[in-house]
Amino acid sequence: MLVQFLFYAFSAVLIASAFGVITSRNPVHSALCLVLSFFTSAALWLLIEAEFLAIVLVLVYVGAVMVLFLFVVMMLDINVEEVRKGVTRYAWLGWLTVVAVLCEILGVVMVRRLGVDVTQAPKPLAADYSNTGELGQVLYTKYVYPFELAAVLLLVAIVAAIVLTMRKRKGLKVQDIAAQVATRAEDRVRIIKMKAETRE
Amino acid sequence: MDALLSFWNSLPDFVHSTLFILALTIVLIVSVALLTLWERKLIGWMQVRRGPNRVAIFGLLPGIGQPFADVIKLLIKEVVIPAKANKVLFRIAPAIALIPAFATWAVIPIAPGFAIAQVDAGLLYVLSLTSVGVYGVILAGWASNSKYAFLGAMRSAAQIVAYEIAMGFALVGVLMVSGSLNLGTIVEQQRGALFAWNWFWLFPLFVVYFISGVAETNRAPFDVAEGESEIVAGFHVEYSGIAFALFFLAEYANMILVAALTSVFFLGGWLSPLEGYLAADNALFQVPLLGLFLNSGLHWLLAKTFFFLCVFLWLRATFPRYRYDQIMRLGWKVLIPVTIVWIAVEGLMVYFKIGPWSV
Repeated sequence: MLVQFLFYAFSAVLIASAFGVITSRNPVHSALCLVLSFFTSAALWLLIEAEFLAIVLVLVYVGAVMVLFLFVVMMLDINVEEVRKGVTRYAWLGWLTVVAVLCEILGVVMVRRLGVDVTQAPKPLAADYSNTGELGQVLYTKYVYPFELAAVLLLVAIVAAIVLTMRKRKGLKVQDIAAQVATRAEDRVRIIKMKAETRE
Repeated sequence: MDALLSFWNSLPDFVHSTLFILALTIVLIVSVALLTLWERKLIGWMQVRRGPNRVAIFGLLPGIGQPFADVIKLLIKEVVIPAKANKVLFRIAPAIALIPAFATWAVIPIAPGFAIAQVDAGLLYVLSLTSVGVYGVILAGWASNSKYAFLGAMRSAAQIVAYEIAMGFALVGVLMVSGSLNLGTIVEQQRGALFAWNWFWLFPLFVVYFISGVAETNRAPFDVAEGESEIVAGFHVEYSGIAFALFFLAEYANMILVAALTSVFFLGGWLSPLEGYLAADNALFQVPLLGLFLNSGLHWLLAKTFFFLCVFLWLRATFPRYRYDQIMRLGWKVLIPVTIVWIAVEGLMVYFKIGPWSV
């Protein structure tokens, strides 16, 4: 009963915040709505006892990805009117995407029949069940190759991002911390001993 | 006494946890108040000054009333909201900063076998909540609609994303030893003598974790988000009165949290350091008060937390502020490589059954 109530409450917040993402005029508000929808989906996952996925969703998406997202969105001072000018030109593309996504969702719902009458709520698992342990077991045995492939893909993405942004400019001043630390007083200060000059 | 105990046991679970949460929150808030006084006193002594010595309570202990006087002052002051600020976000930002700092305490093993919530994925919970805390800073900076506040928020965002990675990697090392994400199990697994605690075999990770913790809490020498000599007061420059006090509270609660977490992960939490040296049936443990003191318990966690808090203050009293690019360099080019190398070393230790893996 309580679980059902929580499910509907979180779902309502999730749908409302998802609408907020696409309807709010201010990009920062959109990003914050997205954060809220991540949080509520994490709560929904907690309800089906997938605590690892739920917490990692918050950790990765809310804690890291969205922080950077907000970082960029806040820096860009987007003029909303300017952006909206071109919207009608590409509207047909948008509608195409909407229809395609809608068809996909309907396809999943119709074909697999994800209804309460067909798919029962997951049975509560024993208290010593560890979602993290189970996931690890599967990831490192059954799905080890897809898992490693995904890891390599991410590594390639990191390397690509670094290569794309790294460029050598001429006259760039770079600080060599090791050289700075290794400096001694003798390298910088020269003490000259001389006799005091007297006025003729 | 028995009647009280049976009454306590007859209460439903949610009443128990609510009372525990309430007690913990009050204790935390009072410790934050005392910590601010201790900070000013300790830094004063380190710099050969007296520190606060005016506001006394009942004419005793000069200085002890200072934090309470400060709180009353802040409560009475007006909360000014800038005209062009984003009002809603401006108001909720302090709460967003404060909530994670308190919510994380739910999973911390406070005494043997006791935590408010013994969550199986406790360590992940800690990591995710500490990373959410940055939203308070970012939103405050953006909603204020002020250049300095915004600069502070940007600095803080980049800094926290950088140090989060080092922090997470350091905890991967802890996981390799304990084999569990449950903080209670992590403490239990460190049982033994002083050198069975994680700090010995994971010393580089211990150092990296604490440094990242200092950076995550925006404390000196990593306090560029505030940077009072460059950007006035950084992200909270537009906040006054109790709204500012909430940020203050969040910062100090986060300090206590990081100190407690460091002691849980690396210094055996509530474990007594004498455990390995005195046999469990030693006569000393039977002595009424001394026995309780020597045995594992809450007081050891408090002592270790206090030690790390003093290190926090010590850092603040001695180091000048890092420059922004130096912070980035330290985070990405020093701390992260150190953790990665040490995780590899740990892999070798597991393979050759050295240290904690020898049994």
